[in-house]
Amino acid sequence: MVGYLLAAPTVVAAARFGIGPEQAKAAGIPTVQPVDHYDLSDILTEAALPTMGLLTVTVNPDGSASFELPRAEVGQGITTATAMTIADEMSLPVDKVHVTLADARPELVWNQLTGGSNSMHALYHPLRVAAAIARGALVDAAAEELNVLASQLSLDGGVITAPDGRKLSYADLAHKAAASKTTKVTPQLKPASAQSVVGSEQRRVDALAAVTGKKPFAMDLQVPDALPTMLCRPPTINGRAVRVNNLDAVRAMPGVTDVAVVEHNQFVQGGVAVRARTFGQCIDAVRALDVEWAPGPVDGKSADDVLADLKKNELPLTPKLPGTTLDQRFTFHFRPGDALETNCAVADVRDGSAEIWSSLKSPIWAQEQIALSLGIPLDKTVVHVVEGGGSFGRHLFCDAAFEAAWISKQLGKPVKLMWHRTDNFRHGRVHPMATSRVRVTHLGGNVLSFDQRHTSVATDFTQGIGDLLTSMDQSLPKQNSLQFSQTVFTLTANVPYNFGSVTQLLNEIYDFNTFNTSSVRNVYSPNVTTAIELMVDALAGSMGKDPLALRKEFVRDDRLAAVLDKAASVANWGRPMPAGTAQGVAIHKEYKGASACIAEIDCRPQTVNRKVRDAYTGPRVTKVVFVVDVGLPINPLGLKAQMMGGIMDGLAQVLSYGLHLEKGAYLEGSWDNAFYTRQWNVPPEVDVIVMPPTTGEPGGAGEFGVGTSMAAVACAYGRATGKMPTSFPINHDGPLGFEPLPTVPPIPQSPTGGLDEVR
Amino acid sequence: MPTHTFILNGKQVSVEAEDDVRLLWVLRDLLGVTGPKYGCGLGVCKACTSHINGKAFNPCSVPVSDIKPSDEITTIEGLAASVGQELHPMQEAWLDVDVAQCGYCQPGQIMEAVSLVNETRAAGREITDADLDGIRNVCRCGTYPRIRQAIQQGAAKM
Repeated sequence: MVGYLLAAPTVVAAARFGIGPEQAKAAGIPTVQPVDHYDLSDILTEAALPTMGLLTVTVNPDGSASFELPRAEVGQGITTATAMTIADEMSLPVDKVHVTLADARPELVWNQLTGGSNSMHALYHPLRVAAAIARGALVDAAAEELNVLASQLSLDGGVITAPDGRKLSYADLAHKAAASKTTKVTPQLKPASAQSVVGSEQRRVDALAAVTGKKPFAMDLQVPDALPTMLCRPPTINGRAVRVNNLDAVRAMPGVTDVAVVEHNQFVQGGVAVRARTFGQCIDAVRALDVEWAPGPVDGKSADDVLADLKKNELPLTPKLPGTTLDQRFTFHFRPGDALETNCAVADVRDGSAEIWSSLKSPIWAQEQIALSLGIPLDKTVVHVVEGGGSFGRHLFCDAAFEAAWISKQLGKPVKLMWHRTDNFRHGRVHPMATSRVRVTHLGGNVLSFDQRHTSVATDFTQGIGDLLTSMDQSLPKQNSLQFSQTVFTLTANVPYNFGSVTQLLNEIYDFNTFNTSSVRNVYSPNVTTAIELMVDALAGSMGKDPLALRKEFVRDDRLAAVLDKAASVANWGRPMPAGTAQGVAIHKEYKGASACIAEIDCRPQTVNRKVRDAYTGPRVTKVVFVVDVGLPINPLGLKAQMMGGIMDGLAQVLSYGLHLEKGAYLEGSWDNAFYTRQWNVPPEVDVIVMPPTTGEPGGAGEFGVGTSMAAVACAYGRATGKMPTSFPINHDGPLGFEPLPTVPPIPQSPTGGLDEVR
Repeated sequence: MPTHTFILNGKQVSVEAEDDVRLLWVLRDLLGVTGPKYGCGLGVCKACTSHINGKAFNPCSVPVSDIKPSDEITTIEGLAASVGQELHPMQEAWLDVDVAQCGYCQPGQIMEAVSLVNETRAAGREITDADLDGIRNVCRCGTYPRIRQAIQQGAAKM
């Protein structure tokens, strides 16, 4: 474990670090899978490793420390976890560590990609090394100044104290400790027993800014002359604007400065751009446009057609073995991946240079593609990463940044581009529709085989992660499926039980850009895990066992067994419950962590049909116990928040949060159409339990709550109703819970009756 | 272009805008007051929730010409000053519970919460679970349980 003390005016330290493999365990009728030995976290961390030495912790003249984080903060709490890690190693208060988001830095190669819940797994040790080197330099300088041995000094709160009580602050030492030449250093990391910040509950570093309205998001930035800009989008997915019949009339509308057709190409969906003094006037202009559209690639296709295509492409299951065989197909409809902040970016592309501001999880790729598409040199393309109002995988792609850059160049003016909410639902990137077939065979009290055939509309991975996974030209035919999707699937999907011969295979249909998809939070795992855990419940029924007892008997991982036990005892598994209500249990392993969830649901008619004003209600999840072991929890308070968010996603994905594809367009166009969890569906009791450190290595958090909770809620629903659910969300095939908005014009009129709803 | 005058966070402001521009855009695009967020522009998500004369409303759904010169508009930026403090008790509760994740919806959530507490107090009662169930503000990060906890905690100090 080495790092570098860099030649600089104040202390600047960098890190380099290698990791070791994790132990796997097998028992009973053993099941072994590739993912047991090497998973997505490993590949992402190892890809980031070679350029860790380019990350620096700087001691400022005022004694504080600074770090430019090469990741995106989108609510998952990594700025806080990063500040905590550095603060602990440097013996500084957390508020004396300033973490900002780095601009796109192409020299970091694979070390500026925020995905796979990998940030702290990849960064934790390198951050500690850099911080420890900075601390070491400060201590050495203090020892020289105070004329005592370094080992005699004590550190606390950014102050170094000699045995006789003389004190020097980091501010006193920042210049004296600076290196005149870069040297290789092997730092002494604090032992776990000396860590006081890592593992403690810390509030978010940006909480005050958030609650006072001062936290700046991309659309809050004041970039000179960057006027509000929107695109008029087609009535069907990826349709193309052919011509505008009333260009002059719209250009003459109040506040409008520009109207221009934007061609569809590999970078931008295209449409008709409108730039105006206010977004309100953009909305009016978009609605006024009379546009002729060419069809998109899926015009005429509805959910039933996609389902038929999926079924046709399901890979064969292993032939039936002797014993009792259970077969089931599960259908997962398209669902949104929307953040509350719609897709947005500011761009100023003029005079052969480009400057972009946006929430970007793959900013190097964004910078390269923008430079390439606009014909601007990379070093004239500056890409700023702004903190995002949520992401859930969405910001791995930078659609808004591409559009803003493209439109700014076309108009020769700065633009502040924002998607309308309705566009975000209808033209944004979605979780692809999929089926999962499962065949499981048991005989004589043992499970002989478990086969899963997951068939999905292509998940688009051409946003940098694909580049990371292979250096192959990603635009070659089938590269997306063969290289990216298969790799991600194989490195994440797992059956955590000793079920003998286990196979899990993925097949994809359509090219990656037929539908607009992305790796929505937890990617394949929510669907894959839900299908597995429902079949485990079916297996329990077929074998005459309790669902929890069967899981405990066959679980093939000690950490999973521990979280399962904990969840069962906290949730009081098996407690008597009224008819129409039930508990459901699920476990899942990913991101170097283990999780168990027990959900309770109420499907009784008086609950399902409860009336809340203007609300879509349905079954209510009444209690969730979620137990998570991430190896090393850096900030348990933030970790609990992430699990809580994952639970809200998981229950919505079972019950109500989906998209209806009809004739090449999604019917949903607002939060009152796509039923993400709202307060009236929040479980009254949510108990997240963070296990103490187990591995000493921080696993992932951001996505980890989704799959487990989705599976537990699905199992609870099946047990409460006595019928295993097989199509998700369960309300998809029922009566439509809303009146669809028109597709022409593409966005609704802004409301006017706000003063009638003062409350 | 007409001039519109109203009281914004305790100060009288005048702004030139067409009558039908919704107040949200007057605040954000013309006056640079960016605490109220855009989440849908349809009156659904409530991310822009602010106060008019002390009560919650959604500026995305109000043409600026509907605002009278005597109307007092309070956004998250003016909430603490409206009670003469550095932070409003509801903001303090929000910090204590560590409610925010991405933070995007939080200004609207807090403005809604304060109004809800005032409304129930005016009706002579305390906040119930049914009141909390009725809050429409979307939090896509799903920090809803902490929002409920913070509202109860903030209400106790209001």
